[in-house]
Amino acid sequence: MRLSIDHHTIYRFSVPQGRLTQMLRLTPEDTHDQTVASWHLHVDCDARLRPGRDGFGNKVTMLYVAGPIDSIEIAVSGEVLTNSADGVVHGAHEVLPPALFLRATPLTLATAAIADFTASAVSAGTDLVGRLHRLNLALNARFVADRDRPVTGRTAAQAFALDRATPRDMAHVFIAAARTLGVPARYVSGYSRFAFGGEHRPAPHGWAEAYVAGLGWVAFDPSAGRSADEAYVRVAVALDAAGAAAVAGSRLGEGDEEMDVDVTVAPASD
Amino acid sequence: MAALGQWIEDTPAHELRRRQESAEATFRQLGITFAVYGESDASERIIPFDIVPRIFLADEWRRLSEGLVQRVEAINAFLDDIYGARKILDAGVLPPDLIFGNAQFRPEIAGMRPPHGIWAHICGIDLVRTGPDDFFVLEDNARTPSGVSYMLENREAMLRLCPELFREFRVAAVDSYPDRLLETMKSVAPHGAMNPVCVVLTPGHYNSAYYEHSFLADSMGIELVEAADLVVDDDIVWMRTIGGMVRVDVIYRRIDDDYLDPLVFRPDSMLGVPGLIAAYAAGNVALLNAPGNGIADDKAIYSYMPEIVKFYSGGEAKLPNVETWRCREPQALKYVLDNLDKVVVKLVDGSGGYGMLVGPTASKQEIEDFRAALIAEPERYIAQPTLALSTVPTLADSGLAPRHVDFRPFVLTGSKGVQVVPGGLTRVALKPGSLVVNSSQGGGTKDSFVLMDGQGQRPPMAQSQTMGGMTQGQQQ
Amino acid sequence: MLMLSRTASSLYWLGRYIERADFVARLVEATVRLDVLSPRPAGEAAWVSALRVTETDTAFDQTPGEVSQKNVAHFLTIDSSHQGSIVRCLDMARNNARAVRTALTREAWTAVNRAWLVFDKRASVGGAVATLNLVEAVQTEARGFEGAIHKMLRNETTQFIRLGQAVERADNTARLLDVKYHLLLPEGERVGGVVDRDQWTTILQTVSAVTAYRWLYSEGLKPANVIDLLIARHELPRSLAASVEETVDILARLAKRTGLHGEADRMARMRHMRMAKTRTGEVIVSGLHQYLQAFLSENDLLHEAIGRQFKFG
Repeated sequence: MRLSIDHHTIYRFSVPQGRLTQMLRLTPEDTHDQTVASWHLHVDCDARLRPGRDGFGNKVTMLYVAGPIDSIEIAVSGEVLTNSADGVVHGAHEVLPPALFLRATPLTLATAAIADFTASAVSAGTDLVGRLHRLNLALNARFVADRDRPVTGRTAAQAFALDRATPRDMAHVFIAAARTLGVPARYVSGYSRFAFGGEHRPAPHGWAEAYVAGLGWVAFDPSAGRSADEAYVRVAVALDAAGAAAVAGSRLGEGDEEMDVDVTVAPASD
Repeated sequence: MAALGQWIEDTPAHELRRRQESAEATFRQLGITFAVYGESDASERIIPFDIVPRIFLADEWRRLSEGLVQRVEAINAFLDDIYGARKILDAGVLPPDLIFGNAQFRPEIAGMRPPHGIWAHICGIDLVRTGPDDFFVLEDNARTPSGVSYMLENREAMLRLCPELFREFRVAAVDSYPDRLLETMKSVAPHGAMNPVCVVLTPGHYNSAYYEHSFLADSMGIELVEAADLVVDDDIVWMRTIGGMVRVDVIYRRIDDDYLDPLVFRPDSMLGVPGLIAAYAAGNVALLNAPGNGIADDKAIYSYMPEIVKFYSGGEAKLPNVETWRCREPQALKYVLDNLDKVVVKLVDGSGGYGMLVGPTASKQEIEDFRAALIAEPERYIAQPTLALSTVPTLADSGLAPRHVDFRPFVLTGSKGVQVVPGGLTRVALKPGSLVVNSSQGGGTKDSFVLMDGQGQRPPMAQSQTMGGMTQGQQQ
Repeated sequence: MLMLSRTASSLYWLGRYIERADFVARLVEATVRLDVLSPRPAGEAAWVSALRVTETDTAFDQTPGEVSQKNVAHFLTIDSSHQGSIVRCLDMARNNARAVRTALTREAWTAVNRAWLVFDKRASVGGAVATLNLVEAVQTEARGFEGAIHKMLRNETTQFIRLGQAVERADNTARLLDVKYHLLLPEGERVGGVVDRDQWTTILQTVSAVTAYRWLYSEGLKPANVIDLLIARHELPRSLAASVEETVDILARLAKRTGLHGEADRMARMRHMRMAKTRTGEVIVSGLHQYLQAFLSENDLLHEAIGRQFKFG
């Protein structure tokens, strides 16, 4: 499948800022089943951009803007060719061993409620992949899809207490749940053609990957109740959504900020 | 050594006490203070100073130094390996979950390598002694060890108040420490920096160790900066001066990893410099010590240090560890639970003497509290035997009395090698019989004399001078 | 190596706060003398004017006590609930000094710390004699600081401290004169009328100018002479003329050392040139209060220009 992606992020500040420093995780990389055909990052003001990698091996771009600045738009767009591989990730740039992803973070700390839910969801399963699929489907059934922008800082425990959940919330619960089974799990940020169907989305997509010995990392999207396939483009992985955030920023100045995000993913028209 | 006993005998106790008070008055005036956490009146206290120096003989020191160099080289090799190729895990020396499940292993900086491959530039290795030749490492400090200002200020006080001692003993000088530290900093500057700009980064003057930060910057003649003085632009670190931005090459940071860069570590950090880790990853700045070092001095890793030293140096560790039971291991846990009244139990991630049980002096209630905590979360604890720590003479209310001490020498590692400064910080438990030397728990400090060659015969029992008819004993 | 902007800012504020603490100490001392040690006690009015000079009259109104020697002396010295007390000034001075500990010599830091320790754990000022002892102790430590600064390298570190002191000193003297001029020139009375010697002495004591007055003016105490001394005589270190001249001088030295030269220099030089043409007699005729108010706002503008010029504003 050839996917065309357009992702705009706009920040507006109530008073001009003296300086902006942001770390962008907005660059997908090639894997065996994902080929980046074209990719552009554009910023609407004078900025210095520096490529690099974070500790998880994700491609990052440091963005430095000297003020005064009252708004900034960061746009990425491009085309990615994908194959289906039943959700199994092949040929990704891996720098940390699966064992690291057993570690809980404040956003992905499991509670007794999550552990109980997990235990009953997977009880009938036999092999690990089957159990994880059951967990994925159970979480999909457990929540009503929340189409709003994800709430920054909402933990898996908080999300689990609610009925509505964003893809990010569901992924966090999945990760916390998988770890209670002793399965390494991580957060993936990226794009999906199927995320909630709509044309314009208020955030990049987020799902989970779990490590299955002998198979490798397997992608699960509890918001869609399926494994991530050729409709998905992986961009960054981390222990939780905060670590894989598309934009982590810091600004020097008073006042408030407002953020607008618009993401479109469509089959390329060639 | 006899000379020290003679000096103590010749100097009346009230005179010693007068000098000690004079030194403490000076420390207060200089503002050498620290804040005690958890006290409402936490403002500023000085650490009590003891006028009777602790003495190391030249050959003792030589052997100690060899062990320290070996250990610090191993710590650096371990850090370079564990954040890189992880050969030590392939070799099966350490259980991988001890690393990957440990919060001190920071995935955020995995794959990044500091300039010149040096991680632990400044190490403080805490030692205890149980007999003439029996030094044990109690704890490694490879993050931002403090206390070196006390080593220097205590010496200055001794030179001023007891000059006669320095005629009696040929004491190795410690005052070159700032020069050596600056040399170390310059030696690890990123390649290409001809005249590297070095700075000390402090959390600010409300920090309990601020005096030391300013003291070090002052004696090295470099700027003491706070996060707000630094800006990262284009992956390069700059500092704001009255004439504009100046590029910075080397940062001796005295703030914790969590607060270094809000884009990578804690996002709510006000102390951090956004982009600092990007500049570090790009190889444009050296950070002393490197971020992520906590994995090397973690108490859970500590118990494996002899194996770690052997793996990287190829030889046995010259400085042994204190025997340690890892409560994560069921057999060790059982032993500890059966002997809670005899052992010292420590939180793996605790510091400053908090979260610690000293069995022999603990109340029944304290022991039962720890038993419950150990059963609930055994992996958070290690335990060690109560050591028969040696004591040294110390000025107490009643005159000279034996008190337990530990010792923190400082080891510097630059691109030109490893060096041990001939001296260190002797911390002393001022309460009779107490084994806790932490300043936050009533400990004090004293000067540590390292004698130069050609003087003093080693007494049959080092550290057991006779003083005023009293022979010091050893606490069992 | 150019100094950190934050360091420059702290040094400058250290200078301002030490100077302010010293000024308040001298003001309290002179007021105590005026109130209880002179043959004709000045009473409440003296303390009200002390509050007005330090711009703390509104803050004092929030406190329960009435205007009395005991209450105002306590308020201006050890009351840490408002910014105008000596203890708060020293607290700020010490915080700034701590923040630039590396830039100071041991002696300079020790002097600031010792001044601060004068108030450590002190709960009350006591009577008149105890108050005098307290403020004298502050002045002694301030002199110690002055001496330590004098012995420090003549580099930008000392220049920034001295710059803060000069700007603060100009402010303090102008304020003192502005509040006291009602006493100097009581309404309906001509300059040169009946002289309240004690009031005069208070003013001169506050700026340490009792002896200087005798040296410079052979006649007895005269209002016009005192005003002349405090405004125009650059021989007196705490006069406006001397402070203005010193500001120009320090800025020029800073420019020489750092190569940084700008609006603060221009502003200070213009003020200096105008000052040289100032005739005290004309000032009195055209309105001393207006003159001093204009001086104070210009001093504030200069303060802001300094912050911008050295990038710490």
